[in-house]
Amino acid sequence: MSRILRARLVVGVALVLALSLVVAACGGGGGGGGSQGGGGSEPVSGEIAIEGSSTVQPITQAAAELFREQNPKARISVGGAGTSDGFEAFCQGDTQISDASRPIDVAEEVPVCEENGVEFIEIPVAFDGISVVVNEQNDFASDVTSEQLKTLWEPAAEGEITRWSQVNPQWPDEEISLYGPGTESGTYEFFNETIVGNEEEVNRTDYEASEDDNVLVQGVAGDQNALGYFGFSYYENNLGKLKALSLDGVKPSAETIRSGEYGLSRPIFIYVSTKALKNNDAVKPFVDFYLSEQNLDRLVEAAKYVTLPGSLADESRAQYQDRTTGTVFTEAGEPKGGDLEAALKQAQ
Amino acid sequence: MAQGTQVKKRGEGTEGPQFKANMSARYGLDRVFSVVVTLAALVGIVVLAVLLVDVTRDGSSMLSANFLTSFPSQIFPENGGIYPALVGSLWLLGLTFLISVPLGLGAAVYLEEYAEDTRINRLIEINISNLAGVPSIIYGLLGLGIFVQLLAPITGGGSVLSGALTLSLLILPVIIVATREALRAIPRAIREGGYALGATKWEVIRSHLLPMALPGALTGMILALSRAIGEAAPLLVVGVALYQTYATSGPLDGYMALPTQIYDWISRPQQIFQDSAAAGIVVVMVVLLVANSVAILLRNRFQRSS
Repeated sequence: MSRILRARLVVGVALVLALSLVVAACGGGGGGGGSQGGGGSEPVSGEIAIEGSSTVQPITQAAAELFREQNPKARISVGGAGTSDGFEAFCQGDTQISDASRPIDVAEEVPVCEENGVEFIEIPVAFDGISVVVNEQNDFASDVTSEQLKTLWEPAAEGEITRWSQVNPQWPDEEISLYGPGTESGTYEFFNETIVGNEEEVNRTDYEASEDDNVLVQGVAGDQNALGYFGFSYYENNLGKLKALSLDGVKPSAETIRSGEYGLSRPIFIYVSTKALKNNDAVKPFVDFYLSEQNLDRLVEAAKYVTLPGSLADESRAQYQDRTTGTVFTEAGEPKGGDLEAALKQAQ
Repeated sequence: MAQGTQVKKRGEGTEGPQFKANMSARYGLDRVFSVVVTLAALVGIVVLAVLLVDVTRDGSSMLSANFLTSFPSQIFPENGGIYPALVGSLWLLGLTFLISVPLGLGAAVYLEEYAEDTRINRLIEINISNLAGVPSIIYGLLGLGIFVQLLAPITGGGSVLSGALTLSLLILPVIIVATREALRAIPRAIREGGYALGATKWEVIRSHLLPMALPGALTGMILALSRAIGEAAPLLVVGVALYQTYATSGPLDGYMALPTQIYDWISRPQQIFQDSAAAGIVVVMVVLLVANSVAILLRNRFQRSS
């Protein structure tokens, strides 16, 4: 009888000890960080919850990481559940900042925000490119057109377009194996909209799919007949193993992605709640820090994305400084008037 | 009919004339069998060893005391560490243990000792067995609906408490099934002896059944908690952070976790994060080994005393 009580006690005490050790360790860690603080302005405290795209997460993480050095008491958490889940939480007022790899959906997400009285500022922070790649050994393909990519990836191609020669008659009559992101991925969505066309919700399904771009890199690198697409930074980090195709005659590079010349380039954003800017003491200093001239490019580069051209970065900052609310994108996901910089200028 | 005659024939065979005293062949077969089962047992160990060697080699450049005490870093990845994820996972482990063990023990004792064989109880039993096979992401979605959204005023939304509650749901069926098996293995005479001496049902359970069942039940709990600490999918749904500027210090705080941290690193383009992920895997294995050894020590103590 007392034996089991004693046993329970042992278990309980062990657990409490373990937990208190952890707590003590945390306290120690926080204190250590605190002594390093105190650079420049007054350190802030407070909590910021950030959720959204796992594409943007590395940039925001870099911002939070540097911000922490000066403000060890600020408690910032960055999630990567995806753009859609991020907006869902954001429009309910659960998060103060939302990371997004596409603009907010005017038809479905903006009304939810409005219903809950959440007003937001839309701030482009970087460009992300998608590279179309083949195996390093592939000596015949160096350029592909949007039309050819559409032929290859549209739903009608399923089971039909299986040889290189069917895409381009000058290519050999050999089997083509395809690699691409899974349907949950923002890269998939963007490729699909840009190449296959808006009205199509899906592309062909008979390809090797993975949500992890590194798996796609391995796949294309190990398969002579492979063609695949994934984030530009994954190509940049595997230059020796892969060959990127020019798209409509434009080679993917930081410059062509930044200028928009390269077709598969997209802006990525953070959305900031104006209510949070007013009510939460930590949000304004954090976004100030994030967007400041000495930080933004550094953060984007640390996360391996393409920095905004100077003039567009200025418009992004102006958007934030003026507290211009709402989105500059149409229902189709295009910037109003077709050009992002002009659309931002127009809105202010 | 045909079956009957067959059985008869076989019976005759063992009686004598067809028995072959081919000793060398039989001993040979005996040796072959022992080699086969030894190989079967070795497969698991070899796989674990290969995995350990592989990740230790990949992660060796990152593995250091600094790795355990630093926050992950995007700007200086080579100085990054796993500290907040390690703390978060320890919180998850502790809270999940505190929540799932009493509930699991309670449910098992009810089903094994109290439940009449009614339709409702049979329904509960079937449900529990089925729940053990449900994919973990489903538990994540359930946790999102109940703990993160519905019970937000109590759990604080996407807190480490919500994460632990979700993981508890995930492993409860395993704990219940293991505890029931352990209770069922106790001879009926023990219970009847207790009742004969005038003990109540609760007294018999407390003084005899629970102590006797505990070693077996603990085995199930160890396996279940090991599974819980390795889960990434359900946590991604219930609000685990991929980066935090602070380490979890209370049940209502946000949290990071080891498996999701590894998952985040693996999906990055830079090689250095692949190495960090490998080092992270080594940390998870060490945490699991330590947790398992503690549990096994506890189990052995119970076994000896009962």
